[in-house]
Formats: sequence, C-alpha cells, structure tokens
Amino acid sequence: MAEKNKYQNRRQFVKQAGRLAVALPVAYLSVSLLRKTSAGEFVWQIDPLKCTQCGQCEKNCVMTPSAVKCMHSFQMCGYCDLCSGYLRQGVKILDTAAENQLCPTAAITRKFIEEPYFEYTIDEELCIGCAKCVKGCTAFGNGSLHLQIKHESCKNCNQCSIAIACPSDAIQRVPISDPYKPKAGYNIDSE
Amino acid sequence: MKKRLPYIILFILLAWHAVSYAWQRFPKPEFESGYVYPEYQFTNPRSTAWEYIDVGVLAGVLVFTTWLTLKKRSRNAIIWTSLFSLAYFGFFREGCICSIGSVQNMALALFNENYTLPLSAFLFFLIPILFALAYGRQFCAGACPLGAIQEVTGFYSVKLPRSAEAILSSVPYIYLALAILFAATDSHFIICKYDPFVGIFRLNAPATMIIFGILLLLAGLFINRPYCRFLCPYGVILNWLSRFSGSHLTITPTSCVNCRLCEDACPYNAIIPSNLDAPKEKTVTSRKRFTIYLALIPVFVITGALFTLRFSDNLAMINRNVRLANEVRMETVAGIKAVSQQAVTFKESGKTVEVLYQEEEVIKERYRKGSPIAGAFLGLSLGIALLSLSAGRLRDEYKPDQGKCYSCGRCFEYCPLHNNNVPLL
Repeated sequence: MAEKNKYQNRRQFVKQAGRLAVALPVAYLSVSLLRKTSAGEFVWQIDPLKCTQCGQCEKNCVMTPSAVKCMHSFQMCGYCDLCSGYLRQGVKILDTAAENQLCPTAAITRKFIEEPYFEYTIDEELCIGCAKCVKGCTAFGNGSLHLQIKHESCKNCNQCSIAIACPSDAIQRVPISDPYKPKAGYNIDSE
Repeated sequence: MKKRLPYIILFILLAWHAVSYAWQRFPKPEFESGYVYPEYQFTNPRSTAWEYIDVGVLAGVLVFTTWLTLKKRSRNAIIWTSLFSLAYFGFFREGCICSIGSVQNMALALFNENYTLPLSAFLFFLIPILFALAYGRQFCAGACPLGAIQEVTGFYSVKLPRSAEAILSSVPYIYLALAILFAATDSHFIICKYDPFVGIFRLNAPATMIIFGILLLLAGLFINRPYCRFLCPYGVILNWLSRFSGSHLTITPTSCVNCRLCEDACPYNAIIPSNLDAPKEKTVTSRKRFTIYLALIPVFVITGALFTLRFSDNLAMINRNVRLANEVRMETVAGIKAVSQQAVTFKESGKTVEVLYQEEEVIKERYRKGSPIAGAFLGLSLGIALLSLSAGRLRDEYKPDQGKCYSCGRCFEYCPLHNNNVPLL
C-alpha cells in the first residue's frame, strides 16, 4: 500500500507540474493578446481607388455569384450616350442590343432621361462582379462605376479569398461601423 | 525663395490635380427635366451584437456539455447538444468564425502591428481552451460544428491499427505549425482555406471544398471523426491542455471493476486499458529507455529546427509577394515571361523591381526566423510523444486517454455500473 502511495504521489506531482506548465503559457498568451484586442469587428471592403479591375473578384469569392458587385455613383456619372462602361468598344449603333453590351449578364439597364442624357443602373441580382464595365468606365469615362463588397451576400470569411488573389491589395479589413468605401460624390446619407 | 514661388504653386496645383485624377472627364449634366438622382440603399453587415450572442451561446453550450459529460452522463443529451451547435454555429452562423480558425487570428495579431484582434475572435479562441484546462475537451463533444457533423455521421466504427493511428495523428501538429507560421507572416489562412465542412454549411462554395467535405464524411462513416483526429490543428492545443485538466469524463460512474466490457467501446482508440495482468517490465530496462528518449528530445528539436530552416525559402513561397518577386526575377534572369495577374498588375503599377525585392527579402527574413521555431515545435512534440510511450505505468482501471478523448460519451453505456445500476453522481 505504501508502495502504491509513493507512485500516486509522484503521479499527482507530475500532473500538477504539467498543469502549471500548460496554464502559464495560456495565461501569458491571453494577457498579451488582450492588449491587442479591440471590441470592434471588421468586415472586408474594396478600396475602389486601388482596384485595377483585373476580374479576380468574380472568380475567387467563395460565393457564387461573387459578393462583389458593381455600384454606380450617379453623382459622378456623365450620363453619356456613348457610355464606355455600357457599350463594347467600337460599336456602330448606340443602342441596347445584346451584341453591343459590355456586360456579360446584361445587368446594366440603360434609360433615356432627356437629350442627350442616359441613366445607367445596375441590377445587383444579375451582376457577377466581373469588373468589365468598371474597367471601361474608369479607362474612358468618369469612373463612376466601381466595385464594392455587398454585405448582404458577403459571409465575412475569416480570410477573404479574393483578398488573397487580389493583385493590387485593394481588399482590406475595415471597421464594421464604416463598412463601405464608395467613390466620392456617393449619396452616402441614404441609410 | 521668391523666384521659386511660382514653381511651388505650380507643384501644389499639379499635386491637387493628381488627387482628383481621371474623374469627371465628362461634366456633370445639367438636367432640365427635373431629374433627381436615384437614392441608394446600403445594406449594413450583421450587427456586432450578434458576435457577442455567439460568444454567449458558445459559453452556454460548453457549460451545459460539461454538466452532461461529468454529472448527468448522458450520451443522447450530448448528441442533441452537438446537433444544436451544428445547427447554430454551422448552418445558421455558417461556420465563421470558429475556434479552429481563430488560432490564425491570434498568430496574426501577435506578430503583426497593423491587425487589431476582434474581441469575439479572442473569446472564441480562449473559452474552449479554459474549458479544456478545467474539464477536458468539452468543445469537441458539444460545441464544435465540425465535430458534430462527423459525430452524427459516424455510423460504423472501424478501429485503425495503433501504428497507423499514431502516424496519422502527427499530421495535425504539422498542420498547426504551418498554419501559425503562415498566419504570423500574414501570408495565408490555410485552416480556413481547407476547411472541409464550411461548403456544406453554406451550400455555396467552390466545388473542391464541397467534394473534400463529402469525401471526409464518407471516410468518417467508417473511420469516425477523421478531421478531428488526423487534421484538426486546434485539437492539438485542446489535446495538450486536456491531459492536465482538473476533472475529466470517466468511463465508470464509480470505480472500475476491470470487467473489460468497455474495451471496444471507443472508436478513437482513446481508452487506456488497465495493465494489472500484463507482464511487468524490468525497472532497469524501462529506466534506461526512458533516459535515452529523454536525451533524444534535444536532438529532435535541433534536427527539426535545422530541417525547416533549410526549407524556409520554399515555405515563404506561399506568400504572394514572394511568388510575385520570384516570377519577376524569372523573367529578368531566365526570360520566362511573367503572365500572372499579379505580375501584369505589378508592371502596370509602376512600382520598381528593387522595392519588390526588398519587400520579398523582409518576408523571407521573417520566415527564416519563424520556420526554425515551427520545426523545433514539431521535434519537441515528436520527442515528448516517444517519451510518453516509454513511461510505464501501473494502471488498475480503464481510463480515457485525456488527450485523445472527445468526451463524446460513447463509453458510458458499456459500463455495467452505468445508469440504472447505481444512482447518478
């Protein structure tokens, strides 16, 4: 019996020492991490000024279709008849025919307002975030079309898989209190 | 100074031009028909309050599971709890953020100044760890959606040979070491990238993700909980904390009568049998072996560190800036054209090659510091695993292996003293 007690004491001691050995790093880690903690949450968002319209947003999002959508700053738009975001380059006739449209899913609606202005609106149900229109608009137009991550479809993954693929580092974590980075002139007070 | 003033003014004007660059090539229209600009409705992300509700649910589930495994001893109730977690954290919350992935957030926060850790991610990391330290792996039993989906689909249990199990069990250590290394250097979150079940939870993910998940579930029909046992990196941490936990699930509610009925109860090889009948080894030989293994630990640590240091530049290739620099270098040195999206954008951006190479060198230097630590960790774990194999013990009862045991409660009803025979504790 005495023999057994000796082993049990030793085992007890090893266990206590082990517990201390694992608890100390845990405590240390918690304290050092707590100092880097903030109560605010983060979401992913595209900085349209960094975006190079490479088309990775369409392909790399875990969601199908991508949570990245095109947004339109109407305040910046020139309401052109010859819209470089809506029409393919070199079209002969400026109309809504499918073969003239740049958008592969026909997600942009063109509406006549008054001579010579046309309004362009994005149907977000159809938009796949391919950035073709954004590229056209930024290259030849006012740059009023731009990409944003729409938070109703974004799952806010721990690591955004588009951010990994993005060649221009345009996708960053932003505070949840300020979840969009729209281009200037955007009517942000609508919420 | 006066002479230079016009130039300074010109410079400021030009700089201002750069700020408002390229926009408004076409003037803002002046509508005459009374057109009003359309209003746009922003959808705000889920409110932060939900994150803290999640933390609350996690803590609640853990407390409840602990009560079920330690006091109530009901396998059925544990299954129902884990089904709830599967529904809530898995299908409703859609698998993000989970405690397993939060390890990477910790590594990123510890080694990068520009990342601030969300409090909820920190709590998701810490709470299961505290429970493991006090009561064993309660998180695996009741709160983990990944564990739950495997636990309920493990219909048949085929026991793996102990050798195969031992070899496969080393994979999570490598996974953990690499995940922390890659997250700490701000390169990639591989645990999230290769999360097997998040695709199933969302029913919307790349096909490869869903196929991997389904394959794991199919394997799990026979080899139960394959992800938990042979992949889960968070499991490694819980495993080590649970070994020294204050109290832990027991197979028998009272004291073991050595009836051997529970011997085949555990599909995870997590029951340590009593060895009353086993032939005893001579103390001299076991002590000698123990000493040799103890002396081997530093050898393993140093070998591991040197090994990973040797490959640190290869490991750094997971970082996209290093990959880009490599591609650009290949173009200048060997004439292989850099065609990737990254390279094309780099060329358009006007950033110089020197800056890119400097950035690459900084990242590689971080890998040179980090990878030996990862290697040393792997060597140390291997050494300790060997050492614990050789530590012979007198055991007069059947006990769960506290490291491996998921506290799933399968073994409860194998014990003849369970439930009706004795009053509950």
